[in-house]
Amino acid sequence: MYRYDDFDRQLVEERTAQFREQVQRRLAGDITEEQFRPLRLMNGVYLQLHAYMLRVAIPYGTLRADQLRALGGIARKYDKGYGHFTTRQNIQYNWPKLDEIPDALLDLSKVEMHAIQTSGNCIRNTTTDQYAGAAADEIEDPRPYCELIRQWSTFHPEFTYLPRKFKIAVTGSPNDRAAVKVHDIGLRMHHNEAGETGFEVVVGGGLGRTPFVGKTVRDFIGKNDLFSYLEAILRVYNRFGRRDNKYKARIKILVHEEGIEKIRDLVEEEWAQIKDGSLRVSDEEIAQYVEQFAPPAFEDLSDDSPELALHKAEHRRFANWVQSNVIAHKQPGYAIANVSLKPIGGIPGDATDVQMELVADLSEKYSFGDVRVTHEQNLVLPHVKKADLFALWSELDAAGLGTGNLGYVTDIIACPGLDYCALATARSIPLSQRISERFGDMDRQHDIGELKIKISGCINACGHHHVGHIGILGLDKRGKEFYQITLGGDASENAAIGKIAGAGFSEAEVVDAIESLVTKYIDTRDPGERFIDTYRRVGMDPFKEVLYGDR
Amino acid sequence: MSLQVATANRLDDGLVVFLTANGGWSENINDSRVADGKEAAAVLLQEASAPELDVVIVGPYLIDVEQQDGGLVPTKYREVLRTKGPSVRQDLGYQAV
Repeated sequence: MYRYDDFDRQLVEERTAQFREQVQRRLAGDITEEQFRPLRLMNGVYLQLHAYMLRVAIPYGTLRADQLRALGGIARKYDKGYGHFTTRQNIQYNWPKLDEIPDALLDLSKVEMHAIQTSGNCIRNTTTDQYAGAAADEIEDPRPYCELIRQWSTFHPEFTYLPRKFKIAVTGSPNDRAAVKVHDIGLRMHHNEAGETGFEVVVGGGLGRTPFVGKTVRDFIGKNDLFSYLEAILRVYNRFGRRDNKYKARIKILVHEEGIEKIRDLVEEEWAQIKDGSLRVSDEEIAQYVEQFAPPAFEDLSDDSPELALHKAEHRRFANWVQSNVIAHKQPGYAIANVSLKPIGGIPGDATDVQMELVADLSEKYSFGDVRVTHEQNLVLPHVKKADLFALWSELDAAGLGTGNLGYVTDIIACPGLDYCALATARSIPLSQRISERFGDMDRQHDIGELKIKISGCINACGHHHVGHIGILGLDKRGKEFYQITLGGDASENAAIGKIAGAGFSEAEVVDAIESLVTKYIDTRDPGERFIDTYRRVGMDPFKEVLYGDR
Repeated sequence: MSLQVATANRLDDGLVVFLTANGGWSENINDSRVADGKEAAAVLLQEASAPELDVVIVGPYLIDVEQQDGGLVPTKYREVLRTKGPSVRQDLGYQAV
């Protein structure tokens, strides 16, 4: 895995020391809140409903065991014993004290972590496939390119005051698990006709109050040219992106208003001027980064594990967990194990200090000390021997981390909502808990199969409701929480924005409404169809009918 | 008749506080000075927004409250949550004390 070099280390240490001084000046009254606010935001410090919130970057969702252990320690020392993993593969703490945050950042810097690029109108932390370097279906590990993007974008002087925030996601697999088409820039690795590996560049996707699936600005860009091409896009955005209206400032609005052809012309024109400059990365340099993410020392194993077959036969809950949470690995005899942070009735994405430390320990025992965070708010141990899966699951299960529901109806994305967030208009978490309890029976979940429910507590869509197979948006209607349902959204390579089904539901009605949709799907599906497949086949009307009848 | 109190977050720890009768800031809404009517509310907000308070609190604003049996209760649910803590973690925030 990537280790900091001296330059990275110096950069983070200097930033940590600077922020300590800024906090001291703020507390002493030498700078006002108005002056301090942009500074704290550049260091991941927000002010939420009940307290400050610290968002810590987990670049491309990859953690070492010592880093996850440190995140657990910070939860205990500076917070109230837990943290919340987010849809951008980061972690948030809900209760840090401003005067203690510099110490927390110092602790983080000791394990090569920080809160840079987690806020502000800069290029944010790059996200990617949580199974990078492990997935059987990937072309190449995308993380060397993510790390190069990190190095290019961190404190990029030209792009520190963009019109608005800017999010880049990368997938190295044709099966997109990083929702790249709903990012400002999405990069999809593929081969061109000459057989070379490069990226399709998608631009102008996004969620929020104006959701768009991104459009392809270039079908193929070679690895060496990727960074100058990204620079060209950012230059076009920085120059032409709207600064007059915060709600129209994202690149998706520019692409929508100007059209992808015009944007393409502008980007190509800019790129022609810089493509042979210092941002062209040589094969040798790329090889150095690929080397940093070299696979761990896998053993030569048979892909068949008699132990696994035996344990599955003996333990039904374990067999269910394997069916839902274990994914094919590229190395024979190994598997990818997903650790659900969605226990039935629990808070999506929350983990206690002790759970974080346990997963860190288990990663050392079973997965080469490698842990991933998913944008669906779960954790992953990417390299587990099939023969070790039962032992791993047993230890996870004893700590409340053994739920076998990945991709199922209870594996819900939910933003913090009105329980924590100053922007929210309704609560998200309690609704996710009630849906989880309603569908908690494992046999029923397995029968329903893949069904992605995503809940946002306001129109900013942090809970990705636009791309939920069933999306739920919480709003405030004359002082009461009510919930609007969208259907047919999809975050995958077949990305689609969901359509609003109709009038919203009260807090009391909404879980029944969801259940009626699921029942309709069960009654309507053809063999092998997921909810989204059935929806695509039969359309909105049958589902609308069960929600509203003659209404 | 509308009753209002002034609230903010405390600078050093970020916790929710309310402007009290003697000009201090309390974690308990029932310690609040209550403004009855538009003019009193304007005076209250002006006091809460005094520049010298910038080293004590962040983001002062007024909220509507009602006098109930148990004391002052905000009319908006968002503000009720601020006086208590997250509804999904009854063990945290002021409700836990």
